[in-house]
Amino acid sequence: MDTFLQQIINGLTLGSVYAIVALGYTMVYGIIQLINFAHGEVVMIGAMVAYSTIVALSGGTGLPPALVLASGVAAAIPVCMAVGYALERVAYRPLRHAPRLAPLITAIGLSIILQHLALIVWSRNPLPYPQIIATVTYQITATAGGATITNVQIAIIGGSLATMALLLFLVYRTKLGIAMRAVAQNQQVAGLMGIDINRVISLTFVIGAGLAAIAGVMVGSYYGIAHYQMGFILGLKAFSAAVLGGIGNLGGAMLGGLLLGIIEALGAGYVGDLTNLCNLSGWSTALAQRCAVDSNLTLFGSNYQDVFAFLVLIAVLVFRPSGLLGERVSDRA
Amino acid sequence: MPGLIDARHRKRLAWAGVVVVAIVLAILPFALAQVGTAWVRITNTAILYVFLALGLNIVVGFAGLLDLGYIAFYAVGAYVYALLASPHFNLHLPFWIILPIGAALACVFGVLLGTPTLKLRGDYLAIVTLGFGEIIRIFLNNLARPVNITNGPQGIAQIDPVRIGDINFATTQQVLGVAVTGPIKYYYLLLLLMIAVVAINVRLQDSRIGRAWEAVREDEVAARAMGINTRNIKLLAFAMGASFGGVAGGMFSAIQGFISPESFGLVESVMVLAMVVLGGMGNVWGVILGAILLSFVPEILRYTVEPAQKAIFGRLLLEPEVIRMLLFGFALVLMMLFRPAGIVPSSVRKRELESRRA
Repeated sequence: MDTFLQQIINGLTLGSVYAIVALGYTMVYGIIQLINFAHGEVVMIGAMVAYSTIVALSGGTGLPPALVLASGVAAAIPVCMAVGYALERVAYRPLRHAPRLAPLITAIGLSIILQHLALIVWSRNPLPYPQIIATVTYQITATAGGATITNVQIAIIGGSLATMALLLFLVYRTKLGIAMRAVAQNQQVAGLMGIDINRVISLTFVIGAGLAAIAGVMVGSYYGIAHYQMGFILGLKAFSAAVLGGIGNLGGAMLGGLLLGIIEALGAGYVGDLTNLCNLSGWSTALAQRCAVDSNLTLFGSNYQDVFAFLVLIAVLVFRPSGLLGERVSDRA
Repeated sequence: MPGLIDARHRKRLAWAGVVVVAIVLAILPFALAQVGTAWVRITNTAILYVFLALGLNIVVGFAGLLDLGYIAFYAVGAYVYALLASPHFNLHLPFWIILPIGAALACVFGVLLGTPTLKLRGDYLAIVTLGFGEIIRIFLNNLARPVNITNGPQGIAQIDPVRIGDINFATTQQVLGVAVTGPIKYYYLLLLLMIAVVAINVRLQDSRIGRAWEAVREDEVAARAMGINTRNIKLLAFAMGASFGGVAGGMFSAIQGFISPESFGLVESVMVLAMVVLGGMGNVWGVILGAILLSFVPEILRYTVEPAQKAIFGRLLLEPEVIRMLLFGFALVLMMLFRPAGIVPSSVRKRELESRRA
């Protein structure tokens, strides 16, 4: 039971990061029905910029660690927003009325370009994220050696909940939010109502990129590593999360992200035990003898963790393409 | 009658062109070998990329389905060859048995991927195929235990070269007093295969199937109304594209002699896609041109930019690998922005990609 609880906590941590990245996908998709393939790369840039800022500030300036971390986030957000704006302006806006294949292909191209520009700036090697705030582990079960939660995990879960609340406020309680929802429903009519569509679409990209920056810092400090290719798999998983929740739906992205994190953590935690051929020892004496020597005959270990997100994605697309919370949209994709 | 003479004249001109191209292709490896055997190898790789690009062109260009995991089929073909002709399982089957097996297995994988996903269109399909490519790579990396199938990240080495009768394609032989090196022999083998592949593609383009793909690409609902079984025709595109990938993979294995999961990443898929897009989606000759350009330009850059950087800055600022990838990225973006139908556009595709732009 303790392992289960532990995996749930790990899953929630990872899942809340997925949720924030998924929000970026889903907002853009909701408004212009386009998958921003380069979104994962924006997350990576956020992690990298924050890394450089933190490294620069933590060396002998004597600033309190929390302030250093905050300035890392503060530096990453505007840079990512600028990247997000540039992406939309250069690559997506000119192709808004082109066939669907065209913006997808530019997005892949941009993603490759961003990755390799980051490689040039930050080198090919994985960068160790500085541990400026000491990790504190809290026991949450009565027995020693049971499930634990660290302060980093608490900060990630709390931070992402706060970010999501802020986003929901923005979308449902401000004038910009009304404009965004109007453009998502019908661009032409929104335009006739006096909404500057281009501005709203740009702002959507910018807000999504800001979220990506926050997620980048979270991933970096959780895994303790930043790498120029980190955005690719993360982006894919976050997209799977967005689809799981119902793409274009904000609540769906959050739910999908958390669920996917938990599925992944539980999957990675239990797949080894479940596919251990030694479970079948009762059926075959030869197998039982083999297992007496070495009880580890797992078919799939935790190194298959990355597969779960894709399996979820394929399953959702086959059985419920509209996702958990999405309404049925025919032929949109 | 001037028209008739003109037609006859033109036909003769076309034949003359074919003969010239044939002669150039026939003596090309010996000319390149004068510059360095490396260039013969680069040419062989370029031909492999032509195979891949033509295979992907069936899926992306003809049928209009964006497949971002295409390299997985290449990997399947390569691993089939490696497993059936290496000391790893101590099997040493001849290549003309393995290549069809590789093609067939890749085809099966194509259908496996296609069946659940072909209901989806555009963006979703792209992401699912991307995920599929990753899954295949993860499996290749991890299927080393409990039973060692793929040998994990270390890859499989000592793969048999192609042998036909007494001709071993890995060694140098004297033919009529001329030394014929291994890469040159492979060049001719690949050239023969390429002629077959190109012929199939050209014929496909104008066939009943080709027109059906085009119809599905332009408007799936209308195509269905015209009596086309859209699901089967799309599956066929996936299967055919995949089997070309499988053949290319088998040849890659034989030529390299060593493969590992690292050769089959997303980057490779993007490269092949860039070739198709650059040349002109849906146009066989354009795609061939794109593949050749994007195979040779990075190599030429490698031999020019690297010394130039060392001469100017005294050290290597940009690795050739990085320049290569930036080149692919910019090729994709700039082509889509300024010439979406490619360098050599297919007439239908051009109309389609440019008319809808406001």
